[in-house]
Amino acid sequence: LCLWGHPYLNSIFLLFFFFFSLTPWVPVVGLEIHAQISSNSKLFSGSQVQFAAPPNSLVSFFDASLPGTLPVLNRRCVEAAVMTGLALNCSINKKSLFDRKHYFYADLPAGYQITQQRVPIAVNGSLSYSLCIDNKMSQMVTKTVRIKQIQLEQDSGKSLHDDVRSQTLVDLNRAGVGLMEVVMEPDMCCGEEAAAAVRELQLILQTLGSSQAVMAEGQLRVDANVSVHHPGEPYGVRTEVKNINSIRFLAKAVDYEIERQIEELESGGTILNETRAFDSKLGCTVPMRDKEGKQDYRFMPEPNLPPLILYNARSLPANMNHQQVVNIDWIHERLPDLPSVKRAKLVEQYGILPEHSFTLLNEAGLTEFFEDVIKQTQMKPKKVIGWILNDLLSYLKQHSLTVKESPVSSFLLADLLNRLEKKEISSTAAKQVFAELWKGEGKTPLEIVKEKKLQLIQDQEDLERICQAVIDGQENEVIICQCRKDGVLALPHLLGRTRSSLPGSLV
Amino acid sequence: MLNCYLKGQQEHERPEFIPYAHLRIRTKQKVTVEVLDHLEHLALVDFRDSEGVERLQKAIQFADQLHEVNTDGVEPMDSVLEDRCLYLREDDVTEGNCTEELLKNAREKVEEYFVAPPGNIPLPKLEERETFLKGS
Repeated sequence: LCLWGHPYLNSIFLLFFFFFSLTPWVPVVGLEIHAQISSNSKLFSGSQVQFAAPPNSLVSFFDASLPGTLPVLNRRCVEAAVMTGLALNCSINKKSLFDRKHYFYADLPAGYQITQQRVPIAVNGSLSYSLCIDNKMSQMVTKTVRIKQIQLEQDSGKSLHDDVRSQTLVDLNRAGVGLMEVVMEPDMCCGEEAAAAVRELQLILQTLGSSQAVMAEGQLRVDANVSVHHPGEPYGVRTEVKNINSIRFLAKAVDYEIERQIEELESGGTILNETRAFDSKLGCTVPMRDKEGKQDYRFMPEPNLPPLILYNARSLPANMNHQQVVNIDWIHERLPDLPSVKRAKLVEQYGILPEHSFTLLNEAGLTEFFEDVIKQTQMKPKKVIGWILNDLLSYLKQHSLTVKESPVSSFLLADLLNRLEKKEISSTAAKQVFAELWKGEGKTPLEIVKEKKLQLIQDQEDLERICQAVIDGQENEVIICQCRKDGVLALPHLLGRTRSSLPGSLV
Repeated sequence: MLNCYLKGQQEHERPEFIPYAHLRIRTKQKVTVEVLDHLEHLALVDFRDSEGVERLQKAIQFADQLHEVNTDGVEPMDSVLEDRCLYLREDDVTEGNCTEELLKNAREKVEEYFVAPPGNIPLPKLEERETFLKGS
């Protein structure tokens, strides 16, 4: 910041400086997502696909790139890519091509990756996702991101870096596993949007079964491309952020990178077109070493694979072997309900709010649990949902448990809710029973109610007698008794010492 | 490697790349040092001496003859086999479980892992290398 001696010019200069830095920045975020295809064997060979197996035990001669081996395409992988393309509203290319992308790395034994650079299997789709405004979960807004393309490609092996002995250990079990690369257009503007889009894609992939999309096991990998610019000006230089291991870290990495770029530009610096890694411990992005200048991948057609031809009902030739045919229409007819459709159906069928159905689908197994309870109880779905989301889910979260691991089964919860519906217990008592059930000691709601004497007293005379005794015992206090329409007496202002002298039934 | 050894054993007449006289081949300028250096980095190939570069130059000249063919309105072809059916395999596990055999090929191994250097060792820059290209 250069300051001239002249005071008048100084302040003008400072004004310009402040004005420039107050102009809004428009962040631009695009994502490249690699989803491991859920299949028994690899994309071009018959070795098994499995997480955490003994090193180099799931490797065929082709995966190890031994001379004389050839790629043979796995039909299941093609179907998975077509399913995903259809679910993301893409046009499926009836003819797609395979290419070689060349680069040297120890975990890429062939020296090239077979991918689909020129004509991928699916193009021009879209993904809709929901965001809550202000973290309140009460107002949800729907956004869309365009899908540029989906391509089939090979995964590389895994490198374990041993810095102590200055060497890398290579395990080729993952080399050759089928991947779907989903390329999103840069339609997003912040970490929250990126995270929500990836979460929705994850749910879609899991619903289709084309990928299990578990980020922790490397089945879903996300690289973010981030840049910033002023409105009306051309896009800024972008950086690529890698090494993002969870959806939470994705949001953090993107937001950090946006901030970093803004700070860099506002202090007069420039952004390098580079690859950066996200350091989850420090919560920041750092330049990646091993940068060898701009990569030239020397793409060439894969000479060992003719074009991949897909058919639909119209183009299907009459005498073809079924096993050799991938029929787009056949796959389309068998697509399961996507998450957005499931949510709409839940809202319509049970009268719950969109935010509720969003949470139901967001938690593995929660929708099934909810529907199981509904089947076994007379309580209205609109009331049941409160118990599922406020009570069950919060307990699960507190103890870091999944729905599958819940000590309270849908049967037990339904039983409890039935007793509440029949007014055998009050809602406060029901919460107590729920807390007891949570301990997982095998008691039924009825047993807990009897044990803790929580049953509501239905008899009017009994209640009046108890009330009178309380009033008699408290000369100076004012106790408010409220008679409910159905004759059950509630005493909202019972004092501590009174409460302890009465059975819990009045609480 | 095997190829080079076998070729070295026998005295074959070296093929020469002779362009057709009647065609006026549009040949680019002599292949520059920058391009050669770039190629050496990408493909980890060593042109070794001026004869190697000459062969490259002649090979490019030979391939340039393709420009003489009129390809207007013709779909590009990747291979003469591209109208064959791409065979689709069933998703069955049929291979793998040959760790010991694969590791026999490894010069160094640690507990069933292949051992590699810590990262890519980039080819040193032109100035720092022992290559005849520096003299060009």
